[in-house]
Amino acid sequence: MFSILRSIWLTFLHAFHKRETVGYPEKKPYLPPRYRGRIVLTRDSEGNERCVACNLCAAACPVDCISLQATEDENGRRYPEFFRINFSRCIFCGLCEEACPTYAIQLTPDFELGEYDRQSMVYEKEHLLISGEGKYHGYNFYKNAGVDMGVKAKGEGENEEPTVDLKSLLK
Amino acid sequence: MEVAMVKIQIDGTIYEVKPGKNLLETCLSLGFDIPYFCFHPSLGSVGACRLCAVKKYANSNDKTGRIVMSCMEPAVDGLIISVKDPEVKAFRASILESLMANHPHDCPVCDEGGECHLQDMTVMTGHNYRRFDFKKRTHKNQNLGPFIHHEMNRCIQCYRCVRFYRDYAGGKDLNVFGSANNVYFGRHEEGTLESEFSGNLAEICPTGVFTDKTLKKHFTRKWDLTNAPSICVHCSVGCNTIASERYGSLRRVVNRYNGDVNGYLLCDRGRFGYEFVNSTKRIKNPQLRQSKESALEVKEVSEIIPKLSEALKSKNIVGFGSPRASLEANFALSKLVGAENFYHGISDKEYHFTKLCLQILTSGAVHSPSLKEVEKANAIFILGEDVTNTAPMLALAIRQATRNKSIEKAEKIGIPKWNDAAVRELAQNIHSPLFIASPYFTKLDELAETTYRATSEDIARLGFAVASYISNDAPSVDNLNIDIQNQAKRIADALKQSKNPLIVIGVQGNEDIAHATANIALALKSIDKKPSLSIALPESNSMGLGIMEGKPFGELKIENDTTLVILENDLYRRVEKSLVDNLLEKCQNIIVLDQLMNETSSKADILIPTGTFAESEGTLVNNEGRAQRYYNVYPAIEPIRESWRWIAELIRIQGKPEGNSWQKFDDVVNSMVVSYPIFSKIKEYLPNADFRMFNEKISRQTMRFSGRTAMNANISVHEQKPPQDADSPLAFSMEGYQGVPPSSLTPFHWAPGWNSNQAANKYMVEPNGELKGGNPGIRLIENTTDQQQSYYKNIPQPFKPRNEGLFIVPVHQIFGSEELSSNGEALSSRIPEPFIKINLKEATRYSIRSNDTVHLTVENIDVLVKVEIDASIPDGVAGLSFNLPGMPFISLPKIGVIKKS
Ligand code: SF4
Ligand code: SF4
Ligand code: SF4
Ligand code: SF4
Ligand code: FES
Repeated sequence: MFSILRSIWLTFLHAFHKRETVGYPEKKPYLPPRYRGRIVLTRDSEGNERCVACNLCAAACPVDCISLQATEDENGRRYPEFFRINFSRCIFCGLCEEACPTYAIQLTPDFELGEYDRQSMVYEKEHLLISGEGKYHGYNFYKNAGVDMGVKAKGEGENEEPTVDLKSLLK
Repeated sequence: MEVAMVKIQIDGTIYEVKPGKNLLETCLSLGFDIPYFCFHPSLGSVGACRLCAVKKYANSNDKTGRIVMSCMEPAVDGLIISVKDPEVKAFRASILESLMANHPHDCPVCDEGGECHLQDMTVMTGHNYRRFDFKKRTHKNQNLGPFIHHEMNRCIQCYRCVRFYRDYAGGKDLNVFGSANNVYFGRHEEGTLESEFSGNLAEICPTGVFTDKTLKKHFTRKWDLTNAPSICVHCSVGCNTIASERYGSLRRVVNRYNGDVNGYLLCDRGRFGYEFVNSTKRIKNPQLRQSKESALEVKEVSEIIPKLSEALKSKNIVGFGSPRASLEANFALSKLVGAENFYHGISDKEYHFTKLCLQILTSGAVHSPSLKEVEKANAIFILGEDVTNTAPMLALAIRQATRNKSIEKAEKIGIPKWNDAAVRELAQNIHSPLFIASPYFTKLDELAETTYRATSEDIARLGFAVASYISNDAPSVDNLNIDIQNQAKRIADALKQSKNPLIVIGVQGNEDIAHATANIALALKSIDKKPSLSIALPESNSMGLGIMEGKPFGELKIENDTTLVILENDLYRRVEKSLVDNLLEKCQNIIVLDQLMNETSSKADILIPTGTFAESEGTLVNNEGRAQRYYNVYPAIEPIRESWRWIAELIRIQGKPEGNSWQKFDDVVNSMVVSYPIFSKIKEYLPNADFRMFNEKISRQTMRFSGRTAMNANISVHEQKPPQDADSPLAFSMEGYQGVPPSSLTPFHWAPGWNSNQAANKYMVEPNGELKGGNPGIRLIENTTDQQQSYYKNIPQPFKPRNEGLFIVPVHQIFGSEELSSNGEALSSRIPEPFIKINLKEATRYSIRSNDTVHLTVENIDVLVKVEIDASIPDGVAGLSFNLPGMPFISLPKIGVIKKS
């Protein structure tokens, strides 16, 4: 009996506390950059698509809501022909971002994804691709990889010796 | 044969194992995961990579032990080893780390990723952090043609590629260059790989140096593919394959291990021919011709039904089956048209040849060997066939068989067969006797003890002579010159002395050759030998069709109101154009069921779209007489249906009872077994659609299959139930049984820790051995009937060059002579221009030169061909490329006349 009265009293006192309610949507809360909201695809420092269509994000996704198809441009550069995320399935776990070897896929602090029509929650590449580098600056996968896909020639990557000349007798 | 088992001790536990194997194979079959690179079950060991280290102890008092390479160590009695000793684990990790020092940061864009043996081994040894902080050695790549992509930076110098390409497959144009840290695996200069087996590099190379270029165009990771156990449809060998799909298109074909047939390998026709499934020539909708004059128009299914029912009312219905259609589809057609109106739809020559071969194989004199048995032959006589081009994997098996003599020699001095480098070093140029009689040079000639260049008549005469030298009862051949007599004697001796004599014939030969072969077999049998006969038939189901009843083309009579039903068959590739034109003109209605637009399908009045091997199920009988089934990789998309299903519809329209009772594939199989009791073995052997593994269907997709809730979300965000499969025990889903299913139903190879194709070893009793539960396929032809046999006496007259022209013999091509694969994009770029091969003497006589384009006229058929000078062709003879796309069919051999254009 006493504890009930005590609870009612304490609840009543809250009527005079400072208000915690935020005037959303007029006032937006601060969310840190690493908050896991709407997913974007970023570009490298040269403005090219970062995604190399490796499919690792899709494999990591626990709800299987990422689907893409790899293709190549005239230099052999791999990129996704289409890239689709079904946000009505996405649980914003961030595993895709963790799996991505190129920093292409990143979660952003935008959580406002409400739609009246569920079909509008299906995002294609044109909806996902942003023009900047997102959270991680300066990384360009193709400069670090061994392949020549039009970004750097063989043996001219960041960590590479010039190519071996097989006709030479000197090592 | 029972072999005494030996006891070995691994980490304190005693195991009973088979002797004669190396320790690595033994440990793998016991289920130990020992990492390895340079060892490959079909190539043996060379001990080059040093990854497969284990610790060996001298005796039970030895606590220190020493590190040995398990692939170079025989499993002998009393052996004590450790695979998990800390020192040996650290050794393996450091080997892997040094191999990775120069390895590029490529996995995300590497087509091997997700099925990479190097990735698997890296994880297995525990190397996970790069300490080597210096720059990486790099290499330039080469363009190796339309099949194989080259990315040399990824090489770990295991030498498997050159050992396969050169030592195993006899290729000449791939090698290792440079030294030490610089070694380079490639060609001496950029260019298309010449070997017919180059595609295997993608599977043999444990890294992403060699990858499938056709897959690259629409790349999909292994874990994302929907797979089905399939059978290669491009020749009569019937290699087992895994065919894979993503987003509604067929992505690739890889090997499916079958210890009795293709082992770990495939030929390039079989691996890259699949692209025809995605061809723009595919028939995707029913088409209808309103009147004989009008063009074909695309129609709905409902719109063609009235026309079909009208056409099927005709009293005269004739059906053409096909050697590239399944048993079930052919059977369904024979039910539709009635057995007496069912024609095989192949040339008369091929029809009679196939029937004769079947008769010989079931006569009791000769055994029809599997490829595994071919590999065990130790004297081989090939009569009139260029096997490399008509049954490529058979040629590869013959190549291995020629090593038997050197393997025996090695085993005598205690070198086991798996010790590959030592056996080859010892062998030098020792080969088991191989004799080739063929009208022109074949790639196997380099291994032959003697070759004989002649036409079918003379080859048959040589064969008859060989038989007569083996047994005096066989008829002898008159007027043979002394050289041929000596050659025949030599062949006869070799066959007589051999434990497993093998004779090989094929489509390029004729009935005379088959008769001669039967005599050799009978003669060998009379001296208590067990001869084998391997026959390279032209197509994937030639043998199956041959077993079925049906008439040859020649017996065809056409009434005016005939309705012709043609099943998956381009008749213009079977008989001369004028005959087909004549036939099609006379028929009132022509119904064609096929997959691709071709000359016959474009003449149809009603054209019905059928599924390819990837969109249907069916049984094929290979040249050995082994029945094997392929399954849908993905469901056919309406109105494309399986041929048998369409024919069931036609039967329903016709009003026969089968029309309604054939709902599922098993229903057709059940009816077929009633009509053909010989096929009841198939029904007993292959699980029907109700079969379950632990109450589950077998999953066509891996556990890692991704994108399930997004791949169709562009069409509708509401996910559909996966398609159901009422026709097979497989499921179009990742839900279902993922373990080791019956070998005929294996949709992919995967095991924990083994993402690459090396996981196949987990499906076998031992590496390179039998699959668990037996190898796929059931043999229908057993050489059991012991009929009274007699020798054939009809020896042909010797060949004489003719004055009126050249004697034209067919030259089959691996790329181009088979219809379906020729429609594949990459493969079609390897098809040569139509050519004629003649020797210099004849070329001079006709005053033509190499590369000239000339007119060749054979019985009013004119064809433009490029001249190739080939010294191996006998005088008076010319070889004409056979049935290449764009060439008219010419029934060969015939006399032809060359005119300069
Ligand atoms: S993991 Fe990254 S690079 Fe790979 S497909 Fe996904 S977004 Fe693209
Ligand atoms: S070969 Fe294997 S480890 Fe190397 S880049 Fe390719 S997938 Fe990665
Ligand atoms: S190319 Fe491949 S198979 Fe050849 S040595 Fe290198 S890693 Fe081994
Ligand atoms: S040998 Fe024949 S069955 Fe085997 S892969 Fe080649 S074409 Fe296919
Ligand atoms: S597998 Fe044994 S040394 Fe390479």
